Amino acid sequence: MEARAQTWQLASTLDSVDWAEAHVLTIAREAGFDEDACSDIGISVRESMVNAVVHGNHYSTEKKVNLSVDVSSSTLTMIIEDSGCGLDLSTLPDPLAEENLLRPSGRGLLIIGAFMDEFAVERRAEGGTRMRLVKNRPAA
Amino acid sequence: MSVKLTNRQVGDVTVVDAEGRITLGDGASTFRDLIKDLVGNGNKKLLVNLGEVSYIDSSGIGELVSGFTTVQNAGGSMKLLNLNKRVKDLLQITKLYTVFEVHDDEAAGVRSFS
Repeated sequence: MEARAQTWQLASTLDSVDWAEAHVLTIAREAGFDEDACSDIGISVRESMVNAVVHGNHYSTEKKVNLSVDVSSSTLTMIIEDSGCGLDLSTLPDPLAEENLLRPSGRGLLIIGAFMDEFAVERRAEGGTRMRLVKNRPAA
Repeated sequence: MSVKLTNRQVGDVTVVDAEGRITLGDGASTFRDLIKDLVGNGNKKLLVNLGEVSYIDSSGIGELVSGFTTVQNAGGSMKLLNLNKRVKDLLQITKLYTVFEVHDDEAAGVRSFS
């Protein structure tokens, strides 16, 4: 497969979450990822999109989520950007701390980090959060 | 397909059979509503069968945790049955294996409440 990058601007809705997950999974299967890896990719995209739609943009009809997918010879890279206040990782409770185990939320980033080969979160200069997810492609 | 939930009595244990996806949106809230209804009706021994759950995300995991605390706060207990590899992986990653009692056999799961 030749390298290609695609970008979409999506509404801040749960339909966009479903669309992004399904669309990236199609690209991942075409890139040769097996079903286990596709499950890793699917849930990671879903968690990133939920974070952008729900916690970043708060479902605002005025704000969009940018999704970019880039397939290279060695990696599948996904970038998800929102236009919220910008995530400050230092303020997030540790979901693995004993006192937080029974919290109903706060596990999304932990799950992404477990399933991706690279995962980075940064605040965008123009406002909002950018998540960069990388999954290494299987050897040909 | 979002989640489909049915419940049945095995002795004094309520077995909740879940099928489909438990994700943010209707799947997660459906699960939450059923657990609250069951506890409100006095069912305090819940065995949640996830054998036919094809997909669960962090919101779904959160609903399992909320269900666990709802039942526990009412003086009962909620246990899990028939986890597939994916759900097991998620419980390992989130350390919730240390919270939930998990069974692979329904009869043994039911007996564990007595």
